[in-house]
Amino acid sequence: MAHISTKLIVAAALVVTAGCAKKKPEVLPPAPAASTEAPPPAPSTGPVGNTVVPGSRADFLQKVGSDRVLFGTDSYELDGEATAILDRQAQWLAQYANVTVTIEGHCDERGTREYNLALGDRRANASKNYLVGKGISASRLSTISYGKERPEAMGSDEAAWAQNRRAVTVVPN
Amino acid sequence: MRLGLAFLFLSVGLTAPVLAQTPPPPSTAPAGEQGRVVVDIVGGISSPMPIAIPNMPTPANTATAAGDTTALGARVSEVITNDLRNSGLFSPLGANALRPVAYNQVTAPEFPYWVSTGAQALVQGFVQANGDGTLTVGCYLYDVFAQTELTRQGFVVQPAFWRRAAHKCADTIYTRLTGEGPYFDSRVAYVSETGPKNNRTKRLAVMDQDGANHRFLTNGQTIVLTPRFAPNQQTITYMSYTNNRPRIYVYDIGSGKQRLVVDQPNMTFAPRFSPDGRYIVFSMAVGGNTDVYRVSASGGSPQRLTTAPGIDTGASYSPDGSKIVFESDRSGTQQLYVMNADGSGQNRISFGGGRYATPVWSPRGDLIAFTKMGGGFAVGTIAPDGSGEKILTNGWQDEGPSWSPNGRVIMFFRTGQGSGKADLWSVDLTGVNERRIPTPLDGSDPAWSPLLP
Repeated sequence: MAHISTKLIVAAALVVTAGCAKKKPEVLPPAPAASTEAPPPAPSTGPVGNTVVPGSRADFLQKVGSDRVLFGTDSYELDGEATAILDRQAQWLAQYANVTVTIEGHCDERGTREYNLALGDRRANASKNYLVGKGISASRLSTISYGKERPEAMGSDEAAWAQNRRAVTVVPN
Repeated sequence: MRLGLAFLFLSVGLTAPVLAQTPPPPSTAPAGEQGRVVVDIVGGISSPMPIAIPNMPTPANTATAAGDTTALGARVSEVITNDLRNSGLFSPLGANALRPVAYNQVTAPEFPYWVSTGAQALVQGFVQANGDGTLTVGCYLYDVFAQTELTRQGFVVQPAFWRRAAHKCADTIYTRLTGEGPYFDSRVAYVSETGPKNNRTKRLAVMDQDGANHRFLTNGQTIVLTPRFAPNQQTITYMSYTNNRPRIYVYDIGSGKQRLVVDQPNMTFAPRFSPDGRYIVFSMAVGGNTDVYRVSASGGSPQRLTTAPGIDTGASYSPDGSKIVFESDRSGTQQLYVMNADGSGQNRISFGGGRYATPVWSPRGDLIAFTKMGGGFAVGTIAPDGSGEKILTNGWQDEGPSWSPNGRVIMFFRTGQGSGKADLWSVDLTGVNERRIPTPLDGSDPAWSPLLP
């Protein structure tokens, strides 16, 4: 459990540094084949430093811009912003066909325990079903609901709750 | 020295019965006097009854595994005092304010003194070490004005379970004076919480209903939620994120081992035992749709009870096992529904403004408690036919009610705005006597056990 929590915090930090989910995406770097960068070192040697391993979580966050979509109160509907993010997630997942992900569904604290577990499941599946609709194999997408157990934002106000109503696509490190 | 108190039997363990015998009622009680010492609860708000509870003397101070019998006499009196005070229906005069009672006065109270204290009722008793290593706790209740004995009970226990004898005595007093069923000799399972709001450490815990004998059952490495006692109290069913797979388990309190209830990949949660202990009703989420299922408590294939496309969860059996109340958002918002235990005859019972969740059927069968969500979250009760809705609390976020064994007191948890810290609270079903239940850390998801036998 602590293992997963650490990963979430790391992912959040990377999202913050990569830019808020609500901004327009930056221009994506060119595909690796056309890259003018020096080829990245083999993963087992050399410093971690500035080099991002293709197909890694860091690569996902850098290229997609956001690992999460947000929802309205009591809702599991994907709005335009959410589908735009999921479209890019689908593109990345299509490119790195060996990667399997876990999609986490979360809720804000303004709901009861059991219902929020079920609503988190709805949100995770909403993301999953959209990605499947974009051609990603369902067997690559597992889901888990955390209900209201793992909020991202700590406040008790609308701004915090909005951030906590989310489905997060977690790519292995 | 024999006091003429007749009693029988031994209890040998926590769940073995504390057996007692009620001797014939005193023959000299004047007609009509019995009605003088009565706690009026029909009206809803009552003025607590002053009741004197002096320390319990011992015929001979004897060392036991739980301390000497003089010290135990004081501690038993204290446990009874706290139980009765915390019910909200009594105003105990504690031992410190009272004259000490000699052993020979236990069955022959000095009534003029007791009248002068302002007490309407008097609890006296004794603690005695028996030759075989057990303790006897004698328990007598007197009407101070009528100067009569109302009831007596004796309890024989292993010294380690002296608190249970005290709770049984308090239950004897309480039931005789209020006409309600007993509830003090019971336990609470709950989720102990600590840590930052975005990474709470949660551990399963059990304690006596007064907070004593607190014990952690899990180590906090995985999230645990919504524990519920089995009717025989030997096991607890709950949901755990073991191996990052949220599913329901049965935890054996004696062995400390947990057993997976349903071995399949979907999330299972919100488990509850049927009153006869044969079934576990629970929720399962399949591809974004959550329904109520039931399964044999020893495991096997689940039987699906609801099929609506909404979220159906929070199932709770009626005390006779024939019906189940649950919450569903099939109408568009969370509401309460009642169905037969086989899933047939699903009918909505909540129609007030707002959303309703986490229903629990009272052990008395007369009411269903729930969480109501409007501006805030409050705990309320409603009759099973949907009538007589009553809101009992008004915190910012009060939720997750659980009934005492006598259907008189509701425990719930209250979350602080901003901090997200949760604590256990209880309230009388009339809405009075709202009080915090002390726990070593924070707490949520309380589950009150049945009365211990």
